[in-house]
Amino acid sequence: MRAAVALVAFFDVLIGGVFHASVLFLVAAGLQLVFGVQRIVNLACGSFYALGAYFGITAVNWTAAHGAPGWSFLPVLIASGIVLGAIGPFIERLLRTVYRRDEAFQLLLTFALVLMFQDVLRFFWGANPQQLGNLSMSYGKVTLGEFSFPTYNVLVMAASLAIAVSLGLFLKRTRYGRILRATAENREMAEALGADVKKIYAGVFTLGTILGTVGGALVVPTAAASLDMPVELVVEAFAVVVIGGLGSMRGALAGALVVGLTRALAITFYAELEVLAIYVIVIAVLVARPAGLFGKPVE
Amino acid sequence: MSAPRSRVALVSFVVATIAVLAVFPKFAEPYYVTLVLPAFAYAIALLGFNLLFGTAGLLSFGHALFVAIGAYAAAVLTSKLGVRSFEAIVAIAGIVSVIAAIPVAMLAVRYVRIFFGILTLAFGMLFHSFLFKFYNLTGGDTGIRVLRPTLLGQDWKELDKTAFLIGPFYYACLVLALVLGLAMWRIVHSPFGLHLAAIRENSRKAEYLGVRVRTFRLIAFLISAFYGAIGGAILAVNTGQADPELAYWTHSGELVFMTVLGGFANFFGPLVGAFAFIFLKSELMGATQYWRFFLGATLAVIVIAFPRGLMGLASDAWKKATRR
Repeated sequence: MRAAVALVAFFDVLIGGVFHASVLFLVAAGLQLVFGVQRIVNLACGSFYALGAYFGITAVNWTAAHGAPGWSFLPVLIASGIVLGAIGPFIERLLRTVYRRDEAFQLLLTFALVLMFQDVLRFFWGANPQQLGNLSMSYGKVTLGEFSFPTYNVLVMAASLAIAVSLGLFLKRTRYGRILRATAENREMAEALGADVKKIYAGVFTLGTILGTVGGALVVPTAAASLDMPVELVVEAFAVVVIGGLGSMRGALAGALVVGLTRALAITFYAELEVLAIYVIVIAVLVARPAGLFGKPVE
Repeated sequence: MSAPRSRVALVSFVVATIAVLAVFPKFAEPYYVTLVLPAFAYAIALLGFNLLFGTAGLLSFGHALFVAIGAYAAAVLTSKLGVRSFEAIVAIAGIVSVIAAIPVAMLAVRYVRIFFGILTLAFGMLFHSFLFKFYNLTGGDTGIRVLRPTLLGQDWKELDKTAFLIGPFYYACLVLALVLGLAMWRIVHSPFGLHLAAIRENSRKAEYLGVRVRTFRLIAFLISAFYGAIGGAILAVNTGQADPELAYWTHSGELVFMTVLGGFANFFGPLVGAFAFIFLKSELMGATQYWRFFLGATLAVIVIAFPRGLMGLASDAWKKATRR
């Protein structure tokens, strides 16, 4: 009997952790993509995530009011995240002014975006947290013996994995992906060989934005959207990319799993350690492997 | 700065500013005087921050850590240990902060650029979550109260809270800021400061010339932690509270904001930035509930169009005026 209880607790942690990791991966992948190509650490990734969450709630409520069937909310959420990608080119245009400047200014400009987005969210959705009811249960449950969990969580994990795989294939196998990696490696050379770097930067940033907004949209059926979301998520997303290594996609995946599982473990067994445990790991990784698990060595 | 005429101009500007600050409480409304106190606090903290950023070229995105250490030191000393002397609080806060900074600095100086920023941010968040979660030790999200300190043994019991803050405490902070400002001026213009600048410009070359790069960065880091904590102690006495938000990464971001607003390339830039930021924020908060948006927009404009900050604008104007 005790073994069964322990097993259920184990599965709880595992499913909770992997679910959180799936969402974190999306945001962190956006962060990595933008850093890898544009060399900008985007503090506003959390703001995109929160924007995706709020907009997702509005989109689901709107489609439901116009007679969309109950099962449609997952596709609606993903679509709403992709639609939000439209803001990407405009923000990239703003960032373009500081590409050749010191990193401090790049970081500060994205910090300015964090401040501005905070009030954009407040303006459109108000200061109170917004929720989507308990939609995550409406796809039913998966039951494994003693243990059950919402099907929705499994779908999100699958969606995230699918995005990870297609992102990897896109970067490794397609022509556009190769040009993109070449630009990340050496901007001047890629430009000299005829790559349209301006377009690539706009495209990459938009893709990074979409990864963030879709991540935020996918999480709202299970959690409320609040104004603390953007700054809190940055803390975790940073941990993910530092553990995994800045600029590495595999690193984002590994880092997201480490952070997601650590957080789930801490919440279950010793809630005081939630963020503390994550950052102890971050510092340990930086001490032992300065470039992160999959990063390139730093100078 | 080497030409004697500009030196005279500089000294007279500084003296005039000090004179204005000294008589300010006599003429201004108490509300504006209470705004000067956090500006003093941030000015001191930023003097240290900019030794790292402006002089040594290292951007810390977790410097609020040391401000928070200073604030909590003041809180623990006054409410839990019964130490009320402001002089003792300032000294102890600074020393505790330096001790706490040693392991952080030893790790952080192995990195430069963005990695340095991220590692310092990580330490700041570590301390924040400790403050936030360990309720029994730290009072959790409400923090710990900071009681009124004594100044040179006097407790000023006859004054109410505001009268104490805008009276004796104001002048204590002014003197403290002057002393620490002068000390930092000496540090920046000493051989040590010049070494830091050399490291910033070309660390490899400096190393070839025999500069122990990491040791110098480490010392700069510890000095900046000392200044940060003293700023934090003043901040905490002023609000009467030390809370975890002080260590949050957005607060570190505000420190960077102020420095760039004033101009990090100029010794006086961070001081101007601290005052400008406090007054700008207070005016915006009074004008609109969407003050963060306008604060962010201001930052974006500064970063994009005026990267040398207010002091950069002022020195351009000065050059134009004196060219004839």
